[in-house]
Amino acid sequence: MTMQPASTEIASRTAAIIEDMKGLEGPLLPILHEIQEEFGHVPQAALPVIADGLNLSRAEVHGVVTFYHDFRARPAGRHVLKLCQAEACQSMGSDSVAAKIKQLLGIGFHETTSDGSVTLEPVYCLGLCACSPSAMLDGEVIGRLDDEKIDEILAEVRS
Amino acid sequence: MIPRIYIPGDSGALALGAEKVAMAVRAELAERGIEAKIVRNGSRGAYFLEPMVEVATASGRVAYGPVKPSDVRSLFDSGFLTGGHHKRWLGAPDKIPFLAKQTRLTFARCGINDPLSLDAYKSLGGLKGLQNAVAMAPADIVKQVTDSGLRGRGGAGFPTGIKWKTVLDTTSERKYIVCNADEGDSATFADRMIMEGDPFVLIEGMTIAGIATGATKGFVYIRSEYPHAVATMNKAVEIARKAGVLGVNVLGSPNAFDMEIRVGAGAYVCGEETSLLNSLEGKRGVVRAKPPLPAIQGLFGKPTVINNVISLASVPIIMDKGAAFYKDFGMGRSRGTIPIQIAGNVRNGGLFETAFGLTLGEIVDDIGGGTATGRPVKAVQVGGPLGAYFPRALFDTPFDYEEFAKRDGLIGHAGITVFDDTADMLKQARFAMEFCAIESCGKCTPCRIGSTRGIETIDRLAAGIEPEKNLALVTDLCNTMKFGSLCALGGFTPYPVMSSITHFPEDFKPAPARVAAE
Repeated sequence: MTMQPASTEIASRTAAIIEDMKGLEGPLLPILHEIQEEFGHVPQAALPVIADGLNLSRAEVHGVVTFYHDFRARPAGRHVLKLCQAEACQSMGSDSVAAKIKQLLGIGFHETTSDGSVTLEPVYCLGLCACSPSAMLDGEVIGRLDDEKIDEILAEVRS
Repeated sequence: MIPRIYIPGDSGALALGAEKVAMAVRAELAERGIEAKIVRNGSRGAYFLEPMVEVATASGRVAYGPVKPSDVRSLFDSGFLTGGHHKRWLGAPDKIPFLAKQTRLTFARCGINDPLSLDAYKSLGGLKGLQNAVAMAPADIVKQVTDSGLRGRGGAGFPTGIKWKTVLDTTSERKYIVCNADEGDSATFADRMIMEGDPFVLIEGMTIAGIATGATKGFVYIRSEYPHAVATMNKAVEIARKAGVLGVNVLGSPNAFDMEIRVGAGAYVCGEETSLLNSLEGKRGVVRAKPPLPAIQGLFGKPTVINNVISLASVPIIMDKGAAFYKDFGMGRSRGTIPIQIAGNVRNGGLFETAFGLTLGEIVDDIGGGTATGRPVKAVQVGGPLGAYFPRALFDTPFDYEEFAKRDGLIGHAGITVFDDTADMLKQARFAMEFCAIESCGKCTPCRIGSTRGIETIDRLAAGIEPEKNLALVTDLCNTMKFGSLCALGGFTPYPVMSSITHFPEDFKPAPARVAAE
């Protein structure tokens, strides 16, 4: 498992990010993205530091973090596989693609395999609707998923 | 002359293997000792032909597609650098029927050149609209946009010029231009294509909007699902700043305008303009009640123009060629062109920009070529997850804001998803409610609770429990959501649900009857 940074370290790195970005108009979302980029998730220990730095209540910061699907409370697996489940992909069989991948990985959506190799998530549209069914693996886009491409994806996340 | 090879860097093309094709081309060039320039252009939008590779020859561009990495060696063997024949040969790209039949105004440049070359942008008419605008009075720019008949391409279809006039007429020391690039509707990718394939047209449109309304700061709010668009827009803004397109003296004029790219965080509802503004301010993306209109009290309480990517990207050509030129296209009160995105289970999927007025049947059958699976078309969802499902019986509906409204539908952001006859419309209706439940911001009760009750009631229908009573209940619930919700998420979720029930009643019959009927 990845080593978790100590909360004092989280606090100091978070404070540096805030210092860097608090001059922006509406800085909270850019700061949260940067924190997630830094730690792979938005650690609880960062929230009071943000609240203090931006003169917000902790409840307000918590409310924002939990509103958005992107911000993670825990680190994801080494790979993140997002499968589009929206209508255009549904029309090309995204349901059965998802069922197959879930079965092969032994996990459902919003879960991580026990070896920490991959987190599986649904996504509602990648804008690849003329290339359905589509997916995103660690930020790389993949269209017209078929058995061959599914095998390639699984080989990559297991390596 | 060094040969030029164009391989799209658009994320749709990348999803279909464009990067591997580029690697294979580079390897082949090295092996054969040929010197050539590889240009990563955007996509022209014919995704059924992507990755579409083009070469510049003495007699113009020649396209090949869809190219697989395994085709590359034989392409070189066939002399493709000079337009040689090959099984993937498509000829001149602008003669490919899917592209030749289009009227490209907003997408005139998209996919042709390197999206980050400002010189290439200018060589194809870029910045002419802005040059005209800097020499005009703000009220005259607003009038030209109003006269063009341009309506918001995000879905609501509100006249762009009227929105701008409200902002111009509202006095404030600070005003904003916000571009809504939170393109969350399934079947839509026009915003993404512009941002990845012709980013300067959006920057130009936003700058014109700033000059027209007295706003000096712009934000583009791009969804996080579009990392390639975010990267391209960030680079393009930097280039535009260095070239003096953005900054304190736009194109050397006394007008100041600059912009920032902001990234969403995976909330569909942030495509709704007021929740987008809250999100930009760093708050939960909860919908605001209107009034006050964002044009009067928008971002940080200041007068704000909030427009969709395509609305703003259509402004430069209106300022270049004039209001009458743009208005000449279209029908009724739907003027100009609309980039229709043909998606889902369709043979010829892609972006098709055309004047308003084609019928749904022409779009699906003639241009789209029917389903990818070769089975009959059962239903077409027009306008994304909040749009109605249309059966073949309504294929004579012309693509026009009012004509779709008359048939209890909407054109929305002009995405259409094709389904073949294996689609189960009860399942689609259930998904519409499920999606609303996942993405509801939670502010108003009809959306937050209605969607969940909707799922449960449709599940009871599927199980054959008191079908008549539950069908009446869903209908009543849809009515409450439609008229009681604050924004289009709860208010329009009834469109896909009710259209499924109305046009495909056989899919809502109790389970035993459905089995017996098959």
